[in-house]
Amino acid sequence: MTIIAPLRVGNLALVNPVAKLAAVFIVSLTLLLTIDWLSAVVALGLECGVLAFTRLPLRAVVLRTTPLLIAAPLAGITTVLYGQPSGQTYWTWWAVEISEGSIALGIATTLRILAVGIPAIVLFITIDPTDLADGLAQIVRLPARFVMGGLAALRLVGLFVEDWRALELARRARGVADTGRLRRIAGQSFALLVLSIRRGSKLATAMEARGFGAKARRTWARPSVFAARDWTVIAIGCAVAACAVVVSVAAGSWNFVIGS
Amino acid sequence: MMPGTIPASVRLSSWGWRHAGRRDAAVRDLDLSIEPGERVLLLGASGSGKSTLLAALAGVLGGDEEGEEFGSVLVDGRNPAQQRGTSGLLMQDPDAQVVLARVGDDVAFGCENLGVERSEIWRRVHASLEAVGLDRPPEFPTAQLSGGQKQRLALAGVIAMQPGLLLLDEPTANLDPVGVVEVRDAVASVIERTGATLVVVEHRVEVWRSLVNRVIVLDHGGSVLADGAPDEILRAEATHLSAAGVWVPGVHAEAFSPGDLGGSDAQLLLEAKDLAIGRPRSAIIATGLSLQIAAGRTTVITGQNGAGKSTMALTIGGLIPTRGGALAATPALAAGAADSPIRWRSRELLGRIGSVFQSPEHQFIAQTVRDELAAGPRALHEPADAIDRRVDELLARLRLDALAAANPFTLSGGQKRRLSVGTALATRPKLLIFDEPTFGQDAVTWRELIALFCELRAEGHAIVAVTHDREFARATGAVEWRMPDRRQLVDAASGPS
Repeated sequence: MTIIAPLRVGNLALVNPVAKLAAVFIVSLTLLLTIDWLSAVVALGLECGVLAFTRLPLRAVVLRTTPLLIAAPLAGITTVLYGQPSGQTYWTWWAVEISEGSIALGIATTLRILAVGIPAIVLFITIDPTDLADGLAQIVRLPARFVMGGLAALRLVGLFVEDWRALELARRARGVADTGRLRRIAGQSFALLVLSIRRGSKLATAMEARGFGAKARRTWARPSVFAARDWTVIAIGCAVAACAVVVSVAAGSWNFVIGS
Repeated sequence: MMPGTIPASVRLSSWGWRHAGRRDAAVRDLDLSIEPGERVLLLGASGSGKSTLLAALAGVLGGDEEGEEFGSVLVDGRNPAQQRGTSGLLMQDPDAQVVLARVGDDVAFGCENLGVERSEIWRRVHASLEAVGLDRPPEFPTAQLSGGQKQRLALAGVIAMQPGLLLLDEPTANLDPVGVVEVRDAVASVIERTGATLVVVEHRVEVWRSLVNRVIVLDHGGSVLADGAPDEILRAEATHLSAAGVWVPGVHAEAFSPGDLGGSDAQLLLEAKDLAIGRPRSAIIATGLSLQIAAGRTTVITGQNGAGKSTMALTIGGLIPTRGGALAATPALAAGAADSPIRWRSRELLGRIGSVFQSPEHQFIAQTVRDELAAGPRALHEPADAIDRRVDELLARLRLDALAAANPFTLSGGQKRRLSVGTALATRPKLLIFDEPTFGQDAVTWRELIALFCELRAEGHAIVAVTHDREFARATGAVEWRMPDRRQLVDAASGPS
């Protein structure tokens, strides 16, 4: 379960997961409307400022955002090499064409991925799945059956990892692990699927036996409350998004993705 | 007594159930009455419909698409499917019953579903955890509990719903002896406090005998074969029950005479010296292990939970790398391959070391039982007619001949176990390694396995088995090799030495 264990430190731990989710949505959706570099820089700068106030351990933040820190520049480089060429061309080789426009696009892409990804990851790693389910059901009022079912299924993920390792060792023991790697992985995936379905249906029976899906109106052992603190987080999300838009439009660099 | 629990009655009249897609009913024309507060042990061969009956009493058999119901089943005068919470069901698999990530939340889950008020939920959570003796705070992660603790957690979740009828479906089959006692004692404590009606399905009579006051034996197809006081029924039906796979106290496995094959001149196959073991990408869990494995000998690896027995089996089986010390195959075992089993290719393990895991399902790689047994010999490119002969012989020996065309995943627990043993036997490895071969098996499969192990040993195979089963060690004439306890290791590591 360690791969999905939430961080329970810093100021964000007490914020309702629904508020975090809303703040991330507001910032991400706004930033996805444009592909200029300025709005991304403004958002990224403000996000880093906000991040400093969360008191999250820097090491943990860096560790969990590593995939993003690697992926963002790679996506940028790809865009530089293959992106829509415009302006002065510096170098061409087969399908590769590095131009003034593709370089600008590459930088903007990198910044945008970071600006959208970092807040999403930082807010999500502090979300406890149980608290999120409570919030989604009690505050957003999603159906309990759907929310609790998803939450219970999430617990099985850790077991899948163990199953996969056991399946791998078992294939070595059976003498079939030397060749045909692709075919073996296909077979192993199928075996994992069968095992997962069995586990899932057993869990469903266990949940049903504990009254899940009964006609009674479900109560909640853990109240999910939305306090001033949660509204503040949403307000900060709106502020970051608004600043990015205002600065970018004022500077004339805003370019609307849709219809441009 | 915990307030709020009202012991429930059970009335079945001409009740039956046929699973969708099956020709024969699992249970037919069953008439049965259980009075409030009775404590019943339900026995019968596999296929006698015990689990089906429990599912019906718990109200989780499902609707019309799952099967066809006959007659009536009433718990406290009403259909259990319409009144959730009157009966509480505890099942076999500890991993499949944990719903939520934290102990307190998991216990509260059932109460939430029944619409119990919040302050009352938490009162019940604490009372239930105390009743099952699970001494963990509500925020403790459920993933870190042992098997016995998970079963007690599930029991706490069930009794928090205050069911008048407590249903236990082989609750200790997947547990080691320590876990079995934990769960049995928790059930005893719960029954004492609540006075709830109890129905237990379990092969191991000894565990529950002192707790129950009535034994019901179901025949094939779900009719009642015997019903009465425990001592009387167990005496009168001992032979019949034993043949049906029930572990009847006092009826022991026939004495085997494995013969004196374990002499000092036995050929050495594999030797571990000062070995350190651990799973890949995990901490080392045991060090300083020395063990000699010789042809024609049976060794059982015993030790505490978490001591690393399974890891030891994987390591000496050449499946995961050693973490220190030496593990060397003698020329008699290596037969031309490298001296360290982990350096062998997967195919080189065949004919040398056969490993059988605790969960047979992880090892199945083919669509039919026949192909499953043929997979190893085929990987060795043996001639087709030789493979056919070998597979036929194994099918007969493991009593799987009627199932040759069946999909391995559709077999019963005992059949899966026999098949997984068969897959290892198919390439005639000199060394066979088993992880908990008798776990969760009924008495019939157990006796078959013992007989098979004795034959294999007589044929000169070396056998290593990780097991908690003392009777297994005795019946196979095995030598015990005990893993050092974890605490001693930690103490030794942190000591001044």
